[in-house]
Amino acid sequence: MTAKEVRWPGKELTAKEFYNKVTVTRYRPEAKFAWSAGEAMSRFLAELQRGRLIARSCSSCKRVLFPPRMFCEECFRPTDAWVYVRDTGTIETYSISYIDLDAKRIETPVYVGVVSVDGASPKMGIMHYFGEVAPETIRIGLRVKAEWKPAHEREGSVLDIRYWRPLRRGE
Amino acid sequence: MRKVACIGAGMTLFRRRLQETPKEMCWEAARMALDQAGLEIGDVDAVVFGSAPDAFDGIHMKGENVLDACGGIGRPYVRVFTGGGTGVFSPIAAYWHVASGLFDCVLVVNEEKMSSCQPHPQSVFGHIWDPILDRPLKPNLVWIFAMEMNRYMTVHNVRYEDVAAVAVKNKRNAVGHPCAQLADPHITVEDVMNSEVMAWPVHRLDISPPSDGASALVVCSEEFARTHRIESPVWFAGVGWNIDTTFWTDRDLYFPEYLANAAKIAYKQARITDPRRQIDFAEPYDPFDYKELHHMEGLGLCKKGEAPRLTREGVTQRDGDLPTCPSGGLLGVGNPIAATMGIKVGELYLQLSGQAGQRQIPHEVRTGVTNAWGDLMQFSSVVVMRA
Ligand SMILES: [Zn+2]
Repeated sequence: MTAKEVRWPGKELTAKEFYNKVTVTRYRPEAKFAWSAGEAMSRFLAELQRGRLIARSCSSCKRVLFPPRMFCEECFRPTDAWVYVRDTGTIETYSISYIDLDAKRIETPVYVGVVSVDGASPKMGIMHYFGEVAPETIRIGLRVKAEWKPAHEREGSVLDIRYWRPLRRGE
Repeated sequence: MRKVACIGAGMTLFRRRLQETPKEMCWEAARMALDQAGLEIGDVDAVVFGSAPDAFDGIHMKGENVLDACGGIGRPYVRVFTGGGTGVFSPIAAYWHVASGLFDCVLVVNEEKMSSCQPHPQSVFGHIWDPILDRPLKPNLVWIFAMEMNRYMTVHNVRYEDVAAVAVKNKRNAVGHPCAQLADPHITVEDVMNSEVMAWPVHRLDISPPSDGASALVVCSEEFARTHRIESPVWFAGVGWNIDTTFWTDRDLYFPEYLANAAKIAYKQARITDPRRQIDFAEPYDPFDYKELHHMEGLGLCKKGEAPRLTREGVTQRDGDLPTCPSGGLLGVGNPIAATMGIKVGELYLQLSGQAGQRQIPHEVRTGVTNAWGDLMQFSSVVVMRA
């Protein structure tokens, strides 16, 4: 680090050395989890299954909080009521991803981003997929609508919405 | 509060794979920092250890695993954690250990070993997402950076070549760093722009690499520095930290408000009212090239949306008016998450004490600022130091 120092500790290993030569101990954790969805999210998921989006309102700051939560973090008091919000919104930002969960390359890119939802307080929204778009047509500010799975295929998950697609004429 | 100094720094090579265990890396960095300060472990009153998620090493409670290598046995020892913000947060913890008057000399050791995680540390990043809202979408962590970068670039109408110029500057600066993993004296903006698209607009060369590495600092009181005849102590002038909501889809990603809040705390303490004029150089956290720009704006080193222009005009080059990442940064030296302390607070110490060698900023610098960024991409820690 300084002129005084001569030795920089650390012995670099190549991938070949790491996997073939150096002694490596392996372990695969077997950890499984089941989460209770909680008060706010249980209702949120149940409403998704019915094809609706729901939020909570706070009568103190007048915000409509989406995704819903049982307390207002700003006022630090319980939220007051369930409020349905619309299944339309605006693309706040997006990415076109060529990698999967494990950073492996994928052939068909995934359009993903944040939608601020109509009826919720400004900028409040969720991360989701976009469909029926192309690199040339997707843009920040684009108005979109949820494309729901058929009712019998929904199971109370954010995936009950297949993706968000551009608003059509008259919507 | 008492005045607090940094009086020694050490670090290992930053590499994709190191043979040393987390323990061995910690010991090497700690020993080097003590040697540089001319101290022995017996001079140390307390130890702070910093590391990011346990899952990378695959050893839960890894603070215990490296305890002996950090000189923690028989001493007050604590691990601090603010995710990616740990690299600048553990020195802050050491600062308050000493400023409070509780301890006179504190050793800080930070470590990360990402090569242990198979097949790629990216798989473990998947565990930080919300299990109900985000994980069903099978997200890759790069998505969130891509979304933030796109929002930033769109709001300010930023050209991609001005973002890529940050990666070029830092990888070239890293040529002067003996521990650097990705230094490249010949890299061009075209190389970055033509590199593989991972998650548009993020290209492969916009991203810092996963690395193994450790770093250490020695932090002490004014009196300790005097009685031990330390030649060039560097002083903590201000510290701050701040965090925003974990509902990250509820905030505008174009500006790091949490960083502006953290900087406000640090600047108040350091009596800085005009950062652009009063700060001579910066080590903004740069895991991605656009983050250096984002963080320059959050640190108030320029107006919102102005950082790309400063970069384009050469203001942030090592010989410019406001050098940024003279160390080579995470983009050039590497990104062993918490261990980046060595090229953030560590680089402030080396530059301000005139020990940065080949990387020394050619004009006189008296005040530097650095930040780190982490948790769920909504936390920042800030340190201002003075010669
Ligand atoms: Zn409220």
